[in-house]
Amino acid sequence: MDRFLYLTFDGLSRGAVYAAFALALVLIWRAARIVNFAQGAMAVATAYAGYSVANATGSYWLGFLTAVVAGLLLGAVVERVVMRFVDHSSPLNGVVVALGLVLIIQGVLGMIYGNEFRPVEAPFSRDAFLIGGVALLSRYDLFVFAAVGAVVVLLTLLFTRTPTGLRMRAAAFAPDVSRLLGVPVGGMLTLGWALAAAVGSLAGMLVLPTELGLHPNAMDLLFISAFTAAVLGGLDSPVGAVVGGLVVGLVLAYVSGYFGATVAPMAVLFLLVAVLLTRPAGLFAKAKARTA
Amino acid sequence: MSTHVEQGLSLHDITVRFGGLVALEDVSLRVSPGRVVGVIGPNGAGKTTLFNVVCGFAVPQSGSITLDGKAFSPKPHQLARHGIARTLQGVGQFNGMTVLENVLVGVRHRGAGTAAAYEALERCGVADVADAYPASLPNARRKRVELARALASRPRILMLDEPAGGLDGAEIDWLAELIKAVDTTVLLVEHHMDLVMSVCDEILVLDFGKPIALGSPAEIRADDKVTEAYLGTAA
Repeated sequence: MDRFLYLTFDGLSRGAVYAAFALALVLIWRAARIVNFAQGAMAVATAYAGYSVANATGSYWLGFLTAVVAGLLLGAVVERVVMRFVDHSSPLNGVVVALGLVLIIQGVLGMIYGNEFRPVEAPFSRDAFLIGGVALLSRYDLFVFAAVGAVVVLLTLLFTRTPTGLRMRAAAFAPDVSRLLGVPVGGMLTLGWALAAAVGSLAGMLVLPTELGLHPNAMDLLFISAFTAAVLGGLDSPVGAVVGGLVVGLVLAYVSGYFGATVAPMAVLFLLVAVLLTRPAGLFAKAKARTA
Repeated sequence: MSTHVEQGLSLHDITVRFGGLVALEDVSLRVSPGRVVGVIGPNGAGKTTLFNVVCGFAVPQSGSITLDGKAFSPKPHQLARHGIARTLQGVGQFNGMTVLENVLVGVRHRGAGTAAAYEALERCGVADVADAYPASLPNARRKRVELARALASRPRILMLDEPAGGLDGAEIDWLAELIKAVDTTVLLVEHHMDLVMSVCDEILVLDFGKPIALGSPAEIRADDKVTEAYLGTAA
Protein backbone atom coordinates (compact mmCIF):
# COMPACT_ATOMS: atom_id res chain seq x y z
CA MET A 1 0.00 0.00 0.00
CA ASP A 2 2.87 2.36 0.86
CA ARG A 3 4.42 1.59 -2.47
CA PHE A 4 1.13 2.22 -4.23
CA LEU A 5 0.78 5.62 -2.52
CA TYR A 6 4.34 6.54 -3.36
CA LEU A 7 3.84 5.57 -7.00
CA THR A 8 0.56 7.49 -7.14
CA PHE A 9 2.19 10.73 -6.03
CA ASP A 10 5.16 10.11 -8.30
CA GLY A 11 2.73 9.54 -11.17
CA LEU A 12 0.79 12.72 -10.47
CA SER A 13 4.02 14.71 -10.42
CA ARG A 14 5.12 13.28 -13.77
CA GLY A 15 1.58 13.62 -15.02
CA ALA A 16 1.51 17.33 -14.22
CA VAL A 17 4.44 17.84 -16.60
CA TYR A 18 2.79 15.73 -19.30
CA ALA A 19 -0.37 17.76 -18.76
CA ALA A 20 1.47 21.03 -19.38
CA PHE A 21 3.14 19.65 -22.49
CA ALA A 22 -0.15 18.18 -23.73
CA LEU A 23 -1.78 21.56 -23.13
CA ALA A 24 0.78 23.11 -25.47
CA LEU A 25 -0.13 20.54 -28.15
CA VAL A 26 -3.83 21.27 -27.66
CA LEU A 27 -3.26 25.04 -27.91
CA ILE A 28 -1.68 24.65 -31.34
CA TRP A 29 -4.21 22.05 -32.48
CA ARG A 30 -7.07 24.40 -31.60
CA ALA A 31 -5.45 27.40 -33.24
CA ALA A 32 -4.04 25.83 -36.37
CA ARG A 33 -5.35 22.24 -36.67
CA ILE A 34 -1.76 21.02 -36.68
CA VAL A 35 -0.33 18.42 -34.31
CA ASN A 36 3.03 20.00 -33.57
CA PHE A 37 5.31 16.99 -33.79
CA ALA A 38 8.25 19.41 -33.49
CA GLN A 39 7.26 20.49 -30.00
CA GLY A 40 9.67 18.11 -28.25
CA ALA A 41 12.58 19.26 -30.39
CA MET A 42 11.60 22.92 -29.90
CA ALA A 43 11.51 22.40 -26.13
CA VAL A 44 14.96 20.78 -26.27
CA ALA A 45 16.37 23.71 -28.23
CA THR A 46 15.08 26.22 -25.69
CA ALA A 47 16.28 24.02 -22.84
CA TYR A 48 19.80 24.20 -24.30
CA ALA A 49 19.46 27.99 -24.40
CA GLY A 50 18.39 27.94 -20.74
CA TYR A 51 21.19 25.48 -19.89
CA SER A 52 23.80 27.76 -21.49
CA VAL A 53 22.54 30.83 -19.65
CA ALA A 54 22.30 28.94 -16.35
CA ASN A 55 25.89 27.73 -16.76
CA ALA A 56 27.19 31.17 -17.71
CA THR A 57 25.44 33.01 -14.89
CA GLY A 58 25.28 30.28 -12.27
CA SER A 59 21.57 31.00 -11.82
CA TYR A 60 19.08 28.19 -12.38
CA TRP A 61 16.21 30.67 -12.45
CA LEU A 62 17.78 32.87 -15.10
CA GLY A 63 18.22 29.74 -17.19
CA PHE A 64 14.62 28.73 -16.55
CA LEU A 65 13.38 32.17 -17.59
CA THR A 66 15.60 32.12 -20.67
CA ALA A 67 14.13 28.79 -21.77
CA VAL A 68 10.55 30.06 -21.43
CA VAL A 69 11.26 33.33 -23.25
CA ALA A 70 13.20 31.43 -25.92
CA GLY A 71 10.09 29.25 -26.25
CA LEU A 72 7.94 32.31 -26.91
CA LEU A 73 10.35 33.51 -29.59
CA LEU A 74 10.92 30.12 -31.20
CA GLY A 75 7.18 29.45 -31.33
CA ALA A 76 6.55 32.78 -33.05
CA VAL A 77 9.41 32.22 -35.51
CA VAL A 78 8.32 28.67 -36.37
CA GLU A 79 4.78 29.92 -37.09
CA ARG A 80 5.81 33.01 -39.08
CA VAL A 81 8.63 31.46 -41.06
CA VAL A 82 7.54 27.85 -41.54
CA MET A 83 4.04 26.81 -40.51
CA ARG A 84 2.21 29.78 -42.06
CA PHE A 85 3.24 28.54 -45.48
CA VAL A 86 2.11 24.95 -45.02
CA ASP A 87 -0.67 23.94 -47.39
CA HIS A 88 -3.61 22.93 -45.20
CA SER A 89 -5.45 20.90 -47.84
CA SER A 90 -4.08 17.72 -46.25
CA PRO A 91 -3.32 17.31 -42.53
CA LEU A 92 -0.27 15.26 -43.50
CA ASN A 93 1.54 18.37 -44.83
CA GLY A 94 1.83 19.95 -41.39
CA VAL A 95 3.00 16.66 -39.90
CA VAL A 96 5.73 16.20 -42.52
CA VAL A 97 6.96 19.78 -42.13
CA ALA A 98 7.00 19.41 -38.34
CA LEU A 99 8.99 16.17 -38.59
CA GLY A 100 11.43 17.96 -40.90
CA LEU A 101 11.84 20.62 -38.23
CA VAL A 102 12.61 17.92 -35.67
CA LEU A 103 15.45 16.59 -37.84
CA ILE A 104 16.87 20.09 -38.41
CA ILE A 105 16.66 21.17 -34.76
CA GLN A 106 18.11 17.93 -33.38
CA GLY A 107 20.85 17.93 -36.03
CA VAL A 108 21.88 21.51 -35.30
CA LEU A 109 21.82 20.91 -31.52
CA GLY A 110 23.98 17.81 -31.97
CA MET A 111 26.49 19.86 -33.96
CA ILE A 112 26.65 22.65 -31.38
CA TYR A 113 26.42 20.75 -28.10
CA GLY A 114 27.38 17.20 -29.02
CA ASN A 115 25.35 14.11 -28.24
CA GLU A 116 26.33 13.45 -24.63
CA PHE A 117 23.88 13.72 -21.75
CA ARG A 118 24.33 16.84 -19.64
CA PRO A 119 22.76 16.33 -16.22
CA VAL A 120 20.53 19.17 -15.00
CA GLU A 121 20.27 19.84 -11.27
CA ALA A 122 16.85 20.42 -9.73
CA PRO A 123 16.40 23.83 -8.06
CA PHE A 124 14.81 22.15 -5.04
CA SER A 125 15.52 18.91 -3.23
CA ARG A 126 14.10 15.82 -4.89
CA ASP A 127 14.13 13.90 -1.59
CA ALA A 128 10.60 13.12 -0.60
CA PHE A 129 9.16 14.20 2.76
CA LEU A 130 8.03 11.39 4.97
CA ILE A 131 4.32 11.66 5.60
CA GLY A 132 3.02 9.01 8.01
CA GLY A 133 6.18 7.02 7.40
CA VAL A 134 5.71 7.01 3.62
CA ALA A 135 7.91 9.02 1.25
CA LEU A 136 5.32 10.86 -0.86
CA LEU A 137 6.35 14.23 -2.19
CA SER A 138 9.56 16.17 -2.59
CA ARG A 139 10.00 19.92 -2.62
CA TYR A 140 10.65 19.60 -6.33
CA ASP A 141 7.32 17.80 -6.83
CA LEU A 142 5.58 20.68 -5.07
CA PHE A 143 7.38 23.13 -7.35
CA VAL A 144 6.21 21.14 -10.39
CA PHE A 145 2.58 21.17 -9.19
CA ALA A 146 2.76 24.90 -8.47
CA ALA A 147 4.33 25.74 -11.84
CA VAL A 148 1.87 23.64 -13.86
CA GLY A 149 -1.03 24.89 -11.74
CA ALA A 150 0.02 28.48 -12.44
CA VAL A 151 0.19 27.76 -16.18
CA VAL A 152 -3.29 26.24 -16.18
CA VAL A 153 -4.77 29.15 -14.20
CA LEU A 154 -3.05 31.79 -16.33
CA LEU A 155 -4.13 30.16 -19.59
CA THR A 156 -7.70 29.82 -18.32
CA LEU A 157 -7.77 33.50 -17.35
CA LEU A 158 -6.24 34.51 -20.67
CA PHE A 159 -8.79 32.62 -22.76
CA THR A 160 -11.88 33.41 -20.70
CA ARG A 161 -11.24 36.84 -19.19
CA THR A 162 -9.18 38.89 -21.60
CA PRO A 163 -10.06 40.46 -24.97
CA THR A 164 -6.88 39.00 -26.46
CA GLY A 165 -7.80 35.48 -25.39
CA LEU A 166 -11.29 35.96 -26.78
CA ARG A 167 -9.88 37.09 -30.12
CA MET A 168 -7.50 34.12 -30.19
CA ARG A 169 -10.46 31.78 -29.75
CA ALA A 170 -12.52 33.66 -32.33
CA ALA A 171 -9.66 33.58 -34.86
CA ALA A 172 -9.35 29.83 -34.36
CA PHE A 173 -13.11 29.17 -34.70
CA ALA A 174 -13.81 31.24 -37.81
CA PRO A 175 -10.92 33.18 -39.34
CA ASP A 176 -12.96 34.98 -42.01
CA VAL A 177 -15.66 36.19 -39.65
CA SER A 178 -12.98 37.26 -37.19
CA ARG A 179 -11.22 39.31 -39.84
CA LEU A 180 -14.48 41.14 -40.55
CA LEU A 181 -14.68 41.98 -36.86
CA GLY A 182 -11.21 43.48 -36.97
CA VAL A 183 -9.34 40.57 -35.37
CA PRO A 184 -5.75 40.32 -36.65
CA VAL A 185 -6.03 36.60 -37.36
CA GLY A 186 -2.40 36.08 -38.40
CA GLY A 187 -1.13 37.82 -35.27
CA MET A 188 -3.38 35.71 -33.06
CA LEU A 189 -2.01 32.55 -34.69
CA THR A 190 1.57 33.69 -34.06
CA LEU A 191 0.71 34.48 -30.45
CA GLY A 192 -0.89 31.04 -30.07
CA TRP A 193 2.26 29.30 -31.29
CA ALA A 194 4.44 31.49 -29.10
CA LEU A 195 2.41 30.73 -25.98
CA ALA A 196 2.24 27.03 -26.76
CA ALA A 197 5.97 26.78 -27.33
CA ALA A 198 6.65 28.68 -24.10
CA VAL A 199 4.43 26.25 -22.17
CA GLY A 200 6.25 23.38 -23.91
CA SER A 201 9.61 24.85 -22.88
CA LEU A 202 8.44 25.20 -19.30
CA ALA A 203 7.33 21.57 -19.25
CA GLY A 204 10.67 20.61 -20.75
CA MET A 205 12.59 22.44 -18.03
CA LEU A 206 10.43 20.72 -15.40
CA VAL A 207 11.09 17.24 -16.75
CA LEU A 208 14.87 17.59 -17.23
CA PRO A 209 16.01 17.16 -13.59
CA THR A 210 14.04 13.91 -13.43
CA GLU A 211 15.72 12.52 -16.55
CA LEU A 212 19.25 11.44 -17.42
CA GLY A 213 20.04 14.94 -18.61
CA LEU A 214 19.92 17.29 -21.54
CA HIS A 215 20.42 15.65 -24.92
CA PRO A 216 19.09 16.44 -28.44
CA ASN A 217 16.56 13.60 -27.99
CA ALA A 218 15.83 14.35 -24.33
CA MET A 219 12.16 15.22 -24.91
CA ASP A 220 11.22 12.30 -27.15
CA LEU A 221 9.57 10.32 -24.37
CA LEU A 222 7.97 13.49 -22.98
CA PHE A 223 6.53 14.22 -26.40
CA ILE A 224 5.12 10.71 -26.84
CA SER A 225 3.65 10.70 -23.34
CA ALA A 226 2.12 14.16 -23.78
CA PHE A 227 0.83 13.30 -27.23
CA THR A 228 -0.85 10.24 -25.74
CA ALA A 229 -2.29 12.48 -23.01
CA ALA A 230 -3.59 14.98 -25.59
CA VAL A 231 -5.15 12.23 -27.71
CA LEU A 232 -6.67 10.70 -24.59
CA GLY A 233 -8.19 14.09 -23.83
CA GLY A 234 -9.45 14.54 -27.37
CA LEU A 235 -6.86 17.03 -28.74
CA ASP A 236 -9.53 19.72 -28.68
CA SER A 237 -10.01 19.91 -24.95
CA PRO A 238 -7.65 21.72 -22.53
CA VAL A 239 -9.35 20.00 -19.59
CA GLY A 240 -8.92 16.70 -21.41
CA ALA A 241 -5.21 17.40 -21.86
CA VAL A 242 -4.73 17.99 -18.13
CA VAL A 243 -6.70 14.90 -17.13
CA GLY A 244 -5.01 12.89 -19.88
CA GLY A 245 -1.60 14.04 -18.64
CA LEU A 246 -2.32 12.90 -15.10
CA VAL A 247 -3.66 9.54 -16.31
CA VAL A 248 -0.58 8.91 -18.46
CA GLY A 249 1.66 9.94 -15.54
CA LEU A 250 -0.07 7.47 -13.24
CA VAL A 251 0.06 4.63 -15.79
CA LEU A 252 3.78 5.26 -16.34
CA ALA A 253 4.48 5.37 -12.61
CA TYR A 254 2.61 2.14 -11.88
CA VAL A 255 4.14 0.32 -14.85
CA SER A 256 7.70 1.37 -13.99
CA GLY A 257 7.06 0.73 -10.30
CA TYR A 258 5.61 -2.75 -10.67
CA PHE A 259 7.10 -3.99 -13.97
CA GLY A 260 10.36 -2.04 -14.29
CA ALA A 261 11.32 1.28 -15.86
CA THR A 262 12.33 -0.31 -19.17
CA VAL A 263 8.74 -1.37 -19.85
CA ALA A 264 7.38 2.17 -19.32
CA PRO A 265 7.99 3.58 -22.84
CA MET A 266 6.24 0.53 -24.30
CA ALA A 267 3.33 1.05 -21.93
CA VAL A 268 2.88 4.59 -23.28
CA LEU A 269 2.84 3.37 -26.86
CA PHE A 270 0.43 0.59 -25.90
CA LEU A 271 -1.87 3.15 -24.27
CA LEU A 272 -1.65 5.41 -27.33
CA VAL A 273 -2.59 2.56 -29.68
CA ALA A 274 -5.38 1.44 -27.36
CA VAL A 275 -6.88 4.94 -27.25
CA LEU A 276 -6.60 5.42 -31.00
CA LEU A 277 -8.30 2.07 -31.60
CA THR A 278 -11.12 2.41 -29.09
CA ARG A 279 -11.76 6.12 -28.60
CA PRO A 280 -10.04 8.00 -31.42
CA ALA A 281 -11.95 11.19 -30.57
CA GLY A 282 -10.68 11.03 -26.99
CA LEU A 283 -12.52 10.93 -23.73
CA PHE A 284 -13.43 14.62 -23.73
CA ALA A 285 -13.81 15.56 -27.41
CA LYS A 286 -16.84 17.60 -28.27
CA ALA A 287 -18.50 16.41 -31.44
CA LYS A 288 -19.68 19.97 -32.03
CA ALA A 289 -16.19 21.40 -31.96
CA ARG A 290 -15.15 18.93 -34.64
CA THR A 291 -17.78 19.94 -37.12
CA ALA A 292 -17.47 23.69 -36.47
CA MET B 1 -22.27 71.17 -50.74
CA SER B 2 -20.17 70.33 -53.78
CA THR B 3 -17.23 72.27 -52.35
CA HIS B 4 -17.00 69.83 -49.43
CA VAL B 5 -15.11 66.57 -49.55
CA GLU B 6 -17.56 63.86 -50.45
CA GLN B 7 -18.39 62.10 -47.18
CA GLY B 8 -19.32 58.45 -46.91
CA LEU B 9 -18.68 55.48 -49.12
CA SER B 10 -18.71 55.67 -52.90
CA LEU B 11 -18.30 53.01 -55.56
CA HIS B 12 -17.28 54.20 -59.02
CA ASP B 13 -17.80 52.02 -62.11
CA ILE B 14 -17.02 48.76 -60.34
CA THR B 15 -16.61 45.70 -62.57
CA VAL B 16 -16.00 42.21 -61.20
CA ARG B 17 -15.54 39.10 -63.34
CA PHE B 18 -15.17 35.54 -62.12
CA GLY B 19 -13.60 33.81 -65.12
CA GLY B 20 -15.98 34.46 -67.99
CA LEU B 21 -18.86 35.41 -65.70
CA VAL B 22 -19.52 39.08 -65.19
CA ALA B 23 -20.70 39.44 -61.59
CA LEU B 24 -20.80 43.24 -61.57
CA GLU B 25 -20.56 45.62 -64.50
CA ASP B 26 -19.98 49.36 -64.16
CA VAL B 27 -21.78 49.67 -60.86
CA SER B 28 -21.66 53.05 -59.14
CA LEU B 29 -23.25 53.82 -55.82
CA ARG B 30 -22.97 56.60 -53.30
CA VAL B 31 -23.73 55.88 -49.66
CA SER B 32 -23.93 59.22 -47.84
CA PRO B 33 -23.72 59.47 -44.05
CA GLY B 34 -26.92 58.72 -42.23
CA ARG B 35 -28.69 57.26 -45.25
CA VAL B 36 -30.17 53.80 -45.57
CA VAL B 37 -29.26 52.44 -48.99
CA GLY B 38 -30.70 49.17 -50.27
CA VAL B 39 -29.37 46.88 -52.97
CA ILE B 40 -31.94 44.56 -54.54
CA GLY B 41 -32.20 42.28 -57.53
CA PRO B 42 -33.10 38.73 -58.48
CA ASN B 43 -30.89 35.83 -57.36
CA GLY B 44 -27.44 36.01 -58.92
CA ALA B 45 -27.79 39.73 -59.63
CA GLY B 46 -24.49 40.47 -57.89
CA LYS B 47 -25.75 41.87 -54.58
CA THR B 48 -23.49 39.82 -52.35
CA THR B 49 -20.56 40.36 -54.73
CA LEU B 50 -21.09 44.09 -54.24
CA PHE B 51 -20.82 43.57 -50.48
CA ASN B 52 -17.75 41.42 -50.94
CA VAL B 53 -16.11 44.20 -52.96
CA VAL B 54 -16.68 46.68 -50.13
CA CYS B 55 -15.27 44.12 -47.64
CA GLY B 56 -12.22 43.24 -49.70
CA PHE B 57 -13.30 39.62 -50.22
CA ALA B 58 -13.62 40.30 -53.96
CA VAL B 59 -11.26 42.58 -55.88
CA PRO B 60 -12.75 44.47 -58.80
CA GLN B 61 -11.04 44.30 -62.22
CA SER B 62 -11.83 47.94 -62.77
CA GLY B 63 -13.41 50.85 -60.99
CA SER B 64 -12.58 52.48 -57.68
CA ILE B 65 -13.91 52.91 -54.17
CA THR B 66 -13.61 56.03 -52.05
CA LEU B 67 -14.25 56.52 -48.35
CA ASP B 68 -14.74 60.14 -47.31
CA GLY B 69 -13.31 61.20 -50.66
CA LYS B 70 -10.11 59.19 -50.28
CA ALA B 71 -9.17 56.16 -52.35
CA PHE B 72 -10.09 53.03 -50.42
CA SER B 73 -8.87 49.52 -51.14
CA PRO B 74 -10.66 47.41 -48.57
CA LYS B 75 -8.98 44.63 -46.59
CA PRO B 76 -11.28 42.46 -44.44
CA HIS B 77 -9.30 42.91 -41.21
CA GLN B 78 -9.16 46.71 -41.62
CA LEU B 79 -12.90 47.24 -42.09
CA ALA B 80 -13.59 47.48 -38.38
CA ARG B 81 -10.86 50.11 -38.05
CA HIS B 82 -12.63 52.15 -40.74
CA GLY B 83 -15.89 51.86 -38.83
CA ILE B 84 -17.53 49.40 -41.19
CA ALA B 85 -19.37 46.39 -39.75
CA ARG B 86 -20.97 43.60 -41.75
CA THR B 87 -23.38 40.85 -40.84
CA LEU B 88 -23.25 37.60 -42.75
CA GLN B 89 -26.01 35.72 -44.55
CA GLY B 90 -25.12 32.40 -42.95
CA VAL B 91 -25.08 33.87 -39.42
CA GLY B 92 -21.36 33.32 -38.92
CA GLN B 93 -21.17 32.98 -35.18
CA PHE B 94 -18.50 31.36 -33.05
CA ASN B 95 -20.37 28.32 -31.78
CA GLY B 96 -17.91 27.42 -29.06
CA MET B 97 -18.29 30.85 -27.47
CA THR B 98 -21.22 32.30 -25.55
CA VAL B 99 -23.45 34.99 -27.02
CA LEU B 100 -21.75 37.59 -24.81
CA GLU B 101 -18.28 36.44 -25.88
CA ASN B 102 -19.37 36.55 -29.52
CA VAL B 103 -20.41 40.16 -29.13
CA LEU B 104 -17.29 41.05 -27.13
CA VAL B 105 -15.11 40.06 -30.08
CA GLY B 106 -16.76 42.87 -32.02
CA VAL B 107 -16.27 45.52 -29.34
CA ARG B 108 -13.42 47.77 -30.35
CA HIS B 109 -13.53 50.63 -27.88
CA ARG B 110 -10.93 50.13 -25.19
CA GLY B 111 -12.36 49.85 -21.73
CA ALA B 112 -15.93 49.70 -23.04
CA GLY B 113 -15.89 45.89 -23.09
CA THR B 114 -18.75 44.17 -21.37
CA ALA B 115 -20.85 47.31 -20.97
CA ALA B 116 -20.80 48.02 -24.70
CA ALA B 117 -21.59 44.38 -25.44
CA TYR B 118 -24.59 44.38 -23.07
CA GLU B 119 -25.81 47.66 -24.51
CA ALA B 120 -25.83 46.12 -28.00
CA LEU B 121 -27.46 42.92 -26.72
CA GLU B 122 -30.18 44.90 -24.96
CA ARG B 123 -30.80 47.02 -28.00
CA CYS B 124 -31.39 43.84 -29.96
CA GLY B 125 -33.47 42.27 -27.18
CA VAL B 126 -31.17 39.31 -26.58
CA ALA B 127 -29.42 40.30 -23.34
CA ASP B 128 -31.29 37.46 -21.59
CA VAL B 129 -29.38 34.84 -23.58
CA ALA B 130 -25.93 36.39 -23.01
CA ASP B 131 -24.58 33.22 -21.43
CA ALA B 132 -26.15 30.80 -23.92
CA TYR B 133 -24.32 29.31 -26.89
CA PRO B 134 -25.53 30.58 -30.28
CA ALA B 135 -26.09 27.04 -31.63
CA SER B 136 -28.73 26.49 -28.93
CA LEU B 137 -30.83 29.46 -30.08
CA PRO B 138 -33.52 29.58 -32.75
CA ASN B 139 -32.59 31.23 -36.04
CA ALA B 140 -34.36 34.53 -35.34
CA ARG B 141 -32.52 34.99 -32.04
CA ARG B 142 -29.20 34.17 -33.66
CA LYS B 143 -29.84 36.81 -36.28
CA ARG B 144 -30.41 39.32 -33.49
CA VAL B 145 -27.13 38.25 -31.89
CA GLU B 146 -25.44 38.78 -35.24
CA LEU B 147 -26.89 42.30 -35.37
CA ALA B 148 -25.81 42.98 -31.79
CA ARG B 149 -22.27 41.92 -32.62
CA ALA B 150 -22.16 44.32 -35.55
CA LEU B 151 -23.67 47.18 -33.51
CA ALA B 152 -21.27 46.61 -30.61
CA SER B 153 -18.43 47.96 -32.71
CA ARG B 154 -20.43 51.22 -33.03
CA PRO B 155 -19.93 51.31 -36.78
CA ARG B 156 -20.33 54.38 -39.01
CA ILE B 157 -21.47 52.10 -41.80
CA LEU B 158 -23.52 49.00 -41.05
CA MET B 159 -23.71 46.46 -43.85
CA LEU B 160 -26.60 44.04 -43.52
CA ASP B 161 -26.57 40.97 -45.77
CA GLU B 162 -30.12 39.62 -46.03
CA PRO B 163 -31.00 40.28 -42.39
CA ALA B 164 -34.64 39.30 -42.93
CA GLY B 165 -33.87 35.86 -44.38
CA GLY B 166 -35.93 33.21 -42.58
CA LEU B 167 -37.67 35.71 -40.28
CA ASP B 168 -41.43 35.93 -39.69
CA GLY B 169 -43.54 39.07 -39.99
CA ALA B 170 -43.18 40.25 -36.42
CA GLU B 171 -39.41 39.82 -36.51
CA ILE B 172 -39.19 41.74 -39.79
CA ASP B 173 -41.24 44.59 -38.28
CA TRP B 174 -38.82 44.68 -35.35
CA LEU B 175 -35.88 44.71 -37.76
CA ALA B 176 -37.40 47.58 -39.75
CA GLU B 177 -37.79 49.63 -36.57
CA LEU B 178 -34.18 48.94 -35.59
CA ILE B 179 -32.84 49.98 -39.01
CA LYS B 180 -34.88 53.17 -38.93
CA ALA B 181 -33.75 54.00 -35.41
CA VAL B 182 -30.10 53.12 -35.79
CA ASP B 183 -27.97 56.25 -35.98
CA THR B 184 -25.50 55.01 -38.57
CA THR B 185 -25.34 54.68 -42.31
CA VAL B 186 -26.86 51.41 -43.46
CA LEU B 187 -26.12 49.46 -46.61
CA LEU B 188 -28.69 46.71 -47.00
CA VAL B 189 -28.89 43.70 -49.30
CA GLU B 190 -32.32 42.13 -49.02
CA HIS B 191 -34.93 40.08 -50.85
CA HIS B 192 -37.83 41.08 -48.68
CA MET B 193 -39.42 43.90 -50.68
CA ASP B 194 -41.65 45.31 -47.94
CA LEU B 195 -38.65 45.73 -45.64
CA VAL B 196 -36.53 47.39 -48.33
CA MET B 197 -39.33 49.73 -49.38
CA SER B 198 -40.14 50.75 -45.83
CA VAL B 199 -36.62 51.47 -44.51
CA CYS B 200 -34.52 52.63 -47.47
CA ASP B 201 -33.88 56.21 -48.53
CA GLU B 202 -32.41 55.03 -51.78
CA ILE B 203 -32.40 51.73 -53.68
CA LEU B 204 -30.03 50.32 -56.29
CA VAL B 205 -31.47 47.56 -58.48
CA LEU B 206 -29.08 45.07 -60.05
CA ASP B 207 -29.88 42.55 -62.75
CA PHE B 208 -27.21 40.12 -63.99
CA GLY B 209 -24.59 42.39 -62.47
CA LYS B 210 -25.79 45.51 -64.25
CA PRO B 211 -27.37 48.48 -62.51
CA ILE B 212 -30.82 48.97 -63.97
CA ALA B 213 -32.29 51.55 -61.61
CA LEU B 214 -31.30 53.85 -58.76
CA GLY B 215 -33.74 56.00 -56.85
CA SER B 216 -36.16 56.42 -53.96
CA PRO B 217 -38.54 53.58 -53.08
CA ALA B 218 -41.36 55.36 -54.91
CA GLU B 219 -39.26 55.77 -58.04
CA ILE B 220 -38.15 52.14 -57.96
CA ARG B 221 -41.74 50.94 -57.54
CA ALA B 222 -42.75 52.88 -60.64
CA ASP B 223 -39.80 51.76 -62.75
CA ASP B 224 -40.74 49.52 -65.69
CA LYS B 225 -37.31 47.96 -66.01
CA VAL B 226 -37.42 46.82 -62.39
CA THR B 227 -40.81 45.20 -62.84
CA GLU B 228 -39.53 43.49 -65.97
CA ALA B 229 -36.43 42.18 -64.23
CA TYR B 230 -38.47 40.75 -61.39
CA LEU B 231 -41.45 39.43 -63.30
CA GLY B 232 -39.72 38.60 -66.57
CA THR B 233 -42.36 40.43 -68.67
CA ALA B 234 -42.69 43.94 -70.00
CA ALA B 235 -45.03 45.84 -67.73
